[in-house]
Amino acid sequence: MEPSALPPQGGPERPRRRGRLRTLLILPVAALALAGCTVPRFGASPGATTSSKSVFHLWQGFSIGAAIIGTLVVVLIAWSVLFHRRRGEAIPRQTQYHIPLELTYTIIPVLIVLGLFAATLVVENKEVANPKTDVVIDVNAFQWGWKFSYPGHDVVVVGQTTQDPTMVMPVDQNVRINLTSSDVVHGFYVHAFNFSRYALPGVLNQFTLRATSTGLFNGQCTQLCGLYHSLMFFRVRVVSAGQYQAWLSAQANSAAAQAAQSATNQQISSIVPTKPTKG
Amino acid sequence: MTEVLERPAPAGGHGHEEHGPTGILKWLTTTDHKVIGLSYTVTAVVMMVIGGAFAEIIRGQLSSPNGTLVSLAQYNELFTMHGSVMIYLFAGPFAFGALANIIVPIQIGAPDMAFPRLNALSYWLYLTGSITMLSGFFVAGGAANFGWVAYAPLSSSVATPGSGADLWIGGLLLTGFSAIFTGVNLCATVFYLRAPGMTMFRMPIFTWNLLVTAILILLAFPVLTAGLIMLYADRHFGTHIFSVAGGGVPVLWQNIFWFWGHPEVYILALPFFGMVTEIIAVFSKKPVFGYKGMIFATLTIGALSLGVWAHHMFTTGTVLLPFFSIMSLLIAVPTGIKMFNWIGTMWRGQIWFSTAMLMAIGFLITFLVGGLTGIYLASPPLDFFTHDTYFVVAHFHSVVMALVLGAMGGLYYWGPKITGYLLNERIGKIQFWFLFIGTQVFTLPMYLLGLRGMPRRMAIYPQHPSWQYLNDWATVGALMIGVSTILFVVNIVYSWKRYPAGDNPWDGHTLEWFTSSPPPHHNFYRLPPIRSERPTWDYNHPEHRALEHGHHEPAVDGSVK
Amino acid sequence: MRTEARVLLGLGTFFAIMDAVYWFWSKEDAGGVMIIAGTLLCFLPGLYYFWWSRRMRPRPEDDPHAEPAQGAGVVGTFPGTSIWPFTLGMASFVMVLALVFGVWLVVPGVALMFWAVVGATGESRRGGQH
Repeated sequence: MEPSALPPQGGPERPRRRGRLRTLLILPVAALALAGCTVPRFGASPGATTSSKSVFHLWQGFSIGAAIIGTLVVVLIAWSVLFHRRRGEAIPRQTQYHIPLELTYTIIPVLIVLGLFAATLVVENKEVANPKTDVVIDVNAFQWGWKFSYPGHDVVVVGQTTQDPTMVMPVDQNVRINLTSSDVVHGFYVHAFNFSRYALPGVLNQFTLRATSTGLFNGQCTQLCGLYHSLMFFRVRVVSAGQYQAWLSAQANSAAAQAAQSATNQQISSIVPTKPTKG
Repeated sequence: MTEVLERPAPAGGHGHEEHGPTGILKWLTTTDHKVIGLSYTVTAVVMMVIGGAFAEIIRGQLSSPNGTLVSLAQYNELFTMHGSVMIYLFAGPFAFGALANIIVPIQIGAPDMAFPRLNALSYWLYLTGSITMLSGFFVAGGAANFGWVAYAPLSSSVATPGSGADLWIGGLLLTGFSAIFTGVNLCATVFYLRAPGMTMFRMPIFTWNLLVTAILILLAFPVLTAGLIMLYADRHFGTHIFSVAGGGVPVLWQNIFWFWGHPEVYILALPFFGMVTEIIAVFSKKPVFGYKGMIFATLTIGALSLGVWAHHMFTTGTVLLPFFSIMSLLIAVPTGIKMFNWIGTMWRGQIWFSTAMLMAIGFLITFLVGGLTGIYLASPPLDFFTHDTYFVVAHFHSVVMALVLGAMGGLYYWGPKITGYLLNERIGKIQFWFLFIGTQVFTLPMYLLGLRGMPRRMAIYPQHPSWQYLNDWATVGALMIGVSTILFVVNIVYSWKRYPAGDNPWDGHTLEWFTSSPPPHHNFYRLPPIRSERPTWDYNHPEHRALEHGHHEPAVDGSVK
Repeated sequence: MRTEARVLLGLGTFFAIMDAVYWFWSKEDAGGVMIIAGTLLCFLPGLYYFWWSRRMRPRPEDDPHAEPAQGAGVVGTFPGTSIWPFTLGMASFVMVLALVFGVWLVVPGVALMFWAVVGATGESRRGGQH
């Protein structure tokens, strides 16, 4: 997975200069990554995909900055609250301006912000990059459930509300998700991937997941979608490549059973037809 | 130098209250900005209590994974109306309609708002809009239930039939026009009705913030109103602006909504920033540190606010991530300047810990938490991680609870000016501690919940019983905030006409402390000469003027006695 | 007057630059159009104030050395009390309820609004309260 420093909307890539820029920008993040085990987690976790790890390191970077600035501000407030309380009726010096000081606390935040933005760009470009695809899964959200189809394999997994449909995907492979919605806006969110994306009616949203460890992960709709929004769960099962192939063929064999289920789904999703306009 | 000259009340007023109507007719026909502002204040506080009651029910429902206090459908209505009431009917109108209406004309030495009858119309539209929106609970199908953001196509007539949604749209149309009229009124008042010598760069920060707020209202609210008309047309006139079926684009609604919605955040915040600035300066007995920097920061926030809307839409996959990311991150800079200016104002002051000042310090701490977590959300990868989870809920509740602390500070600070009577300080301080600690107990667990993956707007979480512990803490915090609101009402009742305030109880800086409490019909019988942004202070302490631009050594005459 | 113009023109100029960057970078129409509208909304009054600031003597409120007495006199005509804002508000209320409860409400709504507009205008022409 080759991260690009270019924004997706940018012009033609110039590899050498961009490469150097990327190295420069990636250094602080990489330093954090190396120190990952000693830096506090600040409530987040590294997750189970390649990009979830870089998001986690970005999170740590932002948190360190926030902790430093937050502590500084709290100490300053506490200092004046403790030591500049009213003592008698004296009137303090009526200082109103200190231009060098004001400039300092304008320029330093600007630099911090630019640093945060650079780190953001590195991780963001990794996340929205378009690497070579190994596996494609079409994910369709509807009120109130999920349909996972595996193009070319005639495999469809569908389930509503409490049925918890499971998306099976192989580990260490680039899985391209084609996300659509049949009716209203839904949110595709897997906590262990540190990632969410809207499923929009009329829009095809594409992104790539590359899981780094096997396991069963909880997913859920995060964007309010009506009455049973709270129950719109799904699961993601990350398995080895061999298990994935075995699962695919087993599913294809029981296609008849799946057909019955997808018919139910057709009935539901036909209320608002989908018309992908962007690809 | 300190001679005060009579300033005759403006002619044409004929406004001697004694000759006017009395009783209910007096209220219905008033065009006095102070009476209208007071009506706004009372209505907005009632809305806060209603929205708060919804919040308590929501927290009650979430206190166990399989809460049965309300049904799924009722829960959707409750959080929709909680958000709508708090944003549209409490925070906004309180920010630019309530205290602003009363204080801005007095701070600039004006006899009234520029368009007194338009001002009255604003109030009636706000009141009827609030009634319209809330009446959704009494129609078949219940109130609006698509969240306060009403994302298309969930807000379409297919997904959400029923007149509760239409009442929501109608209520917003009325309050939207009310806001636009108030914006026009504030701009015209500030531009045309300032007292002699009150140049733009002598206006108090509160007035400056309200001016920028008013400009933002004029930029943002028409977009919302247009969007609501489109939404209504989609629902009832068969247009397909937001529905895929007819060739429309659902994401357009999000663009329109947030183009209003993010400036709205600053429309809500800037007036409270202004209140806090005034309070901190007065109770530290110092001028606002970096007065011009403060104004520059406010204008910068206003300018940037038009270019950040799509940071609410990072996860749609349809927006230009780097542009909105850098614009949103840059907003942290002027906000940081304000924070340091507030600290600079307190620094080496003589801080008087009245209730208002405590509320302002509580604002600083709470807003710091909300502001720092906001920086995370400006970064798209971190937003993908936390979007629509309780992290976001916690973030904006930190911000708005900071604003509530600011609002309470404003009420304790300016209440005596409006009514002529002080509130009880002891009850006020107890109220502060309940509100401040309650806010932290309420928001901090929600940050952790978000990081553990709890999405917002869930009525139940049967799969994750481990979330209950943190949710229970949040519920405890919400109850503490509820107690603080009750204490506020108790304080009003207890202090009713008990502690006469006098004209200038806090040794204030600005013109409202120069006139009587409550001010006379057209606000002033006399005005001091205005030579800085602190005319009342300069008049009362001629030997303690603010040090000149760039001078930070002690004054030659020695300002400390 | 000059500061007022500068504030609005400054905001408008910033929006114009921002819009140019946004539009050519994102190729997205809705936001681009809305920022242009914001730009114009700043330029319209901004240019008006700028035009006036070049043609009028500074008002007392623009003069840092002005004395309070300079502001004495008629500031404007302020009706003491008026029933018309309330009437107009109720008319708008009825019109909005027509969106929900039936088109027939438009009839009383329009009638009430017409009455209120005529009443308010007449009151203005008389210059304040009766």
